[in-house]
Amino acid sequence: MTAYIIRRVLMLIPIWFGILVLTFLMRVLVPGDPIQLMFAGRFNDPAVEATMRHKYGLDKPILTQFYDYTTGVLHGNLGYSITAQQPVTTMIKAHYPYTVVLTLTSLSIAVTIGLVSGIISAIKKDTIVDVISMIFALAGLSMPAFWLGLLMIYVFAVDLRWFPVLGSMTPKGIILPSVTLGVIASAVTARLVRSTMLDVLGEDYVRTARAKGITSFAVVLRHAFRNALIPIVTIVGLQFGGLLSGAFIVEVIFAWHGIGELAITALQQRDFPLIQGIVLVVATTYVLVNLVVDLLYAVLDPRIAYK
Amino acid sequence: MVEVKARRLPIPEQLQTKSRRRGSVQFLRRLFRPLPGKIGGGIIGFMILVAIFAPLIAPYNPITQNIPDRLLAPGSHHLMGTDETGRDIFSRVVYGSRISLRVGVVSVSIALLLGVTAGILAGYYGGIVDTLIMRFVDILLAFPGFLLALAIIAMLGPSLRNAMIAVGIGSSTGFARLVRSSVLTIRHADYVLAANVAGASPRRIMWRHILPNSMSPIIVLATLELPAAILVAAALSFLGLGAQPPTPEWGAMLVDGKEYIQTAWWLITFPGIAIFFTVLGFNLFGNSLQDAINPRLRQR
Repeated sequence: MTAYIIRRVLMLIPIWFGILVLTFLMRVLVPGDPIQLMFAGRFNDPAVEATMRHKYGLDKPILTQFYDYTTGVLHGNLGYSITAQQPVTTMIKAHYPYTVVLTLTSLSIAVTIGLVSGIISAIKKDTIVDVISMIFALAGLSMPAFWLGLLMIYVFAVDLRWFPVLGSMTPKGIILPSVTLGVIASAVTARLVRSTMLDVLGEDYVRTARAKGITSFAVVLRHAFRNALIPIVTIVGLQFGGLLSGAFIVEVIFAWHGIGELAITALQQRDFPLIQGIVLVVATTYVLVNLVVDLLYAVLDPRIAYK
Repeated sequence: MVEVKARRLPIPEQLQTKSRRRGSVQFLRRLFRPLPGKIGGGIIGFMILVAIFAPLIAPYNPITQNIPDRLLAPGSHHLMGTDETGRDIFSRVVYGSRISLRVGVVSVSIALLLGVTAGILAGYYGGIVDTLIMRFVDILLAFPGFLLALAIIAMLGPSLRNAMIAVGIGSSTGFARLVRSSVLTIRHADYVLAANVAGASPRRIMWRHILPNSMSPIIVLATLELPAAILVAAALSFLGLGAQPPTPEWGAMLVDGKEYIQTAWWLITFPGIAIFFTVLGFNLFGNSLQDAINPRLRQR
């Protein structure tokens, strides 16, 4: 088990290094000069430009820049935002908790709806309950998060006036964005839980358990669900990436001041250090979540660690 | 060395066409007999017709502004109302079908081109080529899909074309993995060895022997990636990172409508319905195609 954990953690290093290189290259590969792009048409004083270039280290050779970037990142220094004139780390620290809260709330909504409807669909396969819940799942799969968000605002904020139209950073303000994200993510979850449960319900040991006269509720929960947990944990892990992506859109719609909203603003203003910082932090989170998911496998299914 | 020329075995013509036709009829029946396949195929067919005949269907120019008629509610003159500059929503939704279909097809084509090439090279050559390509794919997969698209757009700049490139690169990883794994299973098949012995070049073996034989999972993945690509590209346009005004793109129309959400419900309604049904149609069709190509999966 320990060997497995160590191996899995070591595997993370080349991947993370790759992320670091790509994030660094993002700025290098931009067509055109970054300094001129940032200040497009606003001034053309070569002296100021040279100062800027020196300030951001753009006058050094690429490898030196990469070395500086890497040591900076390892010391928690992600550079300096151009538009906000603040350290990127400070800005991300201020906004990231909101995204994490939003993602986790949505995840719990998605998992609750997805598990319940997926399991019921699997048990009641081909009945009207199953058909209806799968139609909803397919609809959720085809529903753009930004449209559902707008409809939510229209129905609950404009029409019913239950919520303020523009997001408020309060516990009440998180309801609409997290329901939007959660409902969409629950569609994928429900479909995958259903098919996994159907696989497991067809296994010999489930038939044996039934034959021994165990109540069907206990069969489903103790025998089938436990074995379905491994793929389901994977699904939840995968959902996390989807939710992080979805959060970028939903945050903009509901003016939820998380990292997604920050990223879109940075993109519109071409604030490269900030974009790079956000990309690096979010990708790192994603990789770490996948690591946790992989380690959970080994706990749920000890066979995996010995492969 | 003796030159061996491949000679096609003569197949009685009648037998050939007959069996082939029977096979494809059976396939189409499996595809379109279930209700989801019918509905999905119907929606896609309808969309394609609307896109082709857009100039005949749309009563107004989708781009010309007509300020006196701004923000009119849906009525007999404007079926879906007008937007803040007096443009007819119905006409814009109709023309938007062209953009969405193009975005889906172009993005998936880019993904196919990159992913299939990478997958074949990795699977066929193995060794260092395989390691390099697949590690790179792993690194791309370490980014949540939408974040990767954002990063690419940050580099290339916001435009519909760049959104399609970003979505294409983002979904190429799935094709690379799929193709690599099917190449690995096929490359030791007898007919590949035979082609090799007959002196076919690696390129010929890859494109003429291996690729056609791993086609069906690729097609299924492509049909399932298409609606996803349309959704992501619409989301990018919604965020102002894809189609730029005055393009009648559905996602961009929705974000325009957001400003008037308290007064003009029709602005946020119809473009959303259009995206939803387009994506739904492709999803239904993709699922049915998967079931039809791979009937064994359906047995449960």
